[in-house]
Amino acid sequence: MKLNELTAHELLAHLKNKKTTPQEIYASVKGKIQQVDNRIHAYARYSHNGPLNQDSLAKPGAYPIPIAIKDNICIKDNETTCCSHILEKFKPPYDATVIQRLKAAGVPILGNTNMDEFAFGSSTENSYFGPTRNPWDTSRVPGGSSGGSAAAVAAHEAIWALGSDTGGSIRQPASFCGVVGLKPTYGRVSRYGLIAFASSLDQIGPITKDVTDCAILLNIIAGHDPMDSTSANIPLPDYTKSLMNNARGLKIGIPKEYFIEGLNAEVKQAIMAAVDTLKRCGASFQEVSLPHTEYAVSTYYIVATAEASSNLARYDGVQYGLRAYPQTSRKTALVDMYEETRSTGFGREAKRRIMLGTYSLSAGYYDAYYLKGLKVRTLIKQDFENVFQTCDAIITPTAPTTAFKIGEKINDPLSMYLSDIYTISANLGGLPAISVPCGFSKEGLPIGLQIMTKPFDEAMLFRIAYTFEQNSQHTKRKVELS
Amino acid sequence: MITNDDVKYIASLSRIHLKEEEMATLRKDLEDILHYIEKLKKLDVSGVEPTTHPLPLKNVYREDRKQNGLSQEEALSMAVERKNGFFKVPKVIE
Repeated sequence: MKLNELTAHELLAHLKNKKTTPQEIYASVKGKIQQVDNRIHAYARYSHNGPLNQDSLAKPGAYPIPIAIKDNICIKDNETTCCSHILEKFKPPYDATVIQRLKAAGVPILGNTNMDEFAFGSSTENSYFGPTRNPWDTSRVPGGSSGGSAAAVAAHEAIWALGSDTGGSIRQPASFCGVVGLKPTYGRVSRYGLIAFASSLDQIGPITKDVTDCAILLNIIAGHDPMDSTSANIPLPDYTKSLMNNARGLKIGIPKEYFIEGLNAEVKQAIMAAVDTLKRCGASFQEVSLPHTEYAVSTYYIVATAEASSNLARYDGVQYGLRAYPQTSRKTALVDMYEETRSTGFGREAKRRIMLGTYSLSAGYYDAYYLKGLKVRTLIKQDFENVFQTCDAIITPTAPTTAFKIGEKINDPLSMYLSDIYTISANLGGLPAISVPCGFSKEGLPIGLQIMTKPFDEAMLFRIAYTFEQNSQHTKRKVELS
Repeated sequence: MITNDDVKYIASLSRIHLKEEEMATLRKDLEDILHYIEKLKKLDVSGVEPTTHPLPLKNVYREDRKQNGLSQEEALSMAVERKNGFFKVPKVIE
């Protein structure tokens, strides 16, 4: 097998046994990008020379395994644009904390992956630079918003990648692309340098080829950071220690509200087969109830857009990014500049979300929308707390369907929002959640299994995910792209 | 029911100037989404505390010591227009 098709832990073993070198690994991945990225468009941009951090190959460190970075995570002096016209050409003057940690660990950075503008979307079609294609079927979306990162890993254009997840933006594309994607507990990974979408929901997390790589990458990026006052100052375990092939005695809940109308029959079948596999490994299952599930999408689109409208107020053409002037004056020169900059710089979905958020925060609607949303968020969080009194974990589908066609939902925002129906509750509750490949449809499209646990119990998440992976073959199937 | 005037008002609060052709689709999109969100109305939340944040964090302070931040030059490095060490903007007062 080619080097770029191996996992990070396989490559680390090869390096240890002197079977390969960091330069060979990098060249193999880079060659694949040059071969297929004009068809997949996983990258918004990639380095045409060596890695962005040249010293990672000149003086290799502990993890010389090439990584792709979502285009909303700041890399010093390197274009980081959220795939938005308003930030085109923007070069951050500092590194995000996760980038500092990757650089310290010697991880070579390949470039920035494509995404829905400001992470607003579930298909990567809302990118200013055009859509990414699903490597399993290039007429389909890779999911989103971290679609570029998931497609890069699936197409072997990166060994591993970072994404961000506000309502499913790591897990849903991982599910659509047949890779592993983890949204850590809110506060587990520093958000410093992650360009904010919804600050009470956003988390950075790994997208990898298997569960072992996911644990290794979380070890590198996780931990308390004084630069992010919402990062949790609690002990950080070694997550590779929780990779046990053993589910004996574990109690897992299956929420009845997730198996409803709209869930594709093949997806349901694959999830139930995964349940049987875990039963054979010693886990016991019980039906549980998360009674406020039907309100999750509404609550999310109130909370997330309200926070987004506030976070995106900073794009005003003053300190950085695009500046535009109208041809004829409408208000004062300054307000004219603000409005023209934002009208030209933001895409359709960004405008939609900013306006929806502004509406629910505006006088007369605040109580009925925003405050109500925050109260329902409490109820959704309590649903999970109740279930975790008797269960170690919850298992659900990651998405109700497999990857849909490019263009299928782009003119129907509501149906696009509903593709996140199973993932957004974990963000509202701050819980960790992982998507692991659990099968393929008849058409050959990947299906993802979602596992959720109580906050800061990623160890349990990894144990169940690893046990499932070791007793199934789904992460072994690879995309063929000639 | 969202009217064109509502959309114009929200756009103006958002500092976005909509073209006529954007107006109609945005009005319908917002109306559809708000209609879907209406389902929250049937839920009784009396006595429920709002959750603004998933972690029970209170104010987090750092030690009151001088720290290095961006230099003036670094902070201005991406400015569209600058003058005498400041960001330059169009006239504010008519």
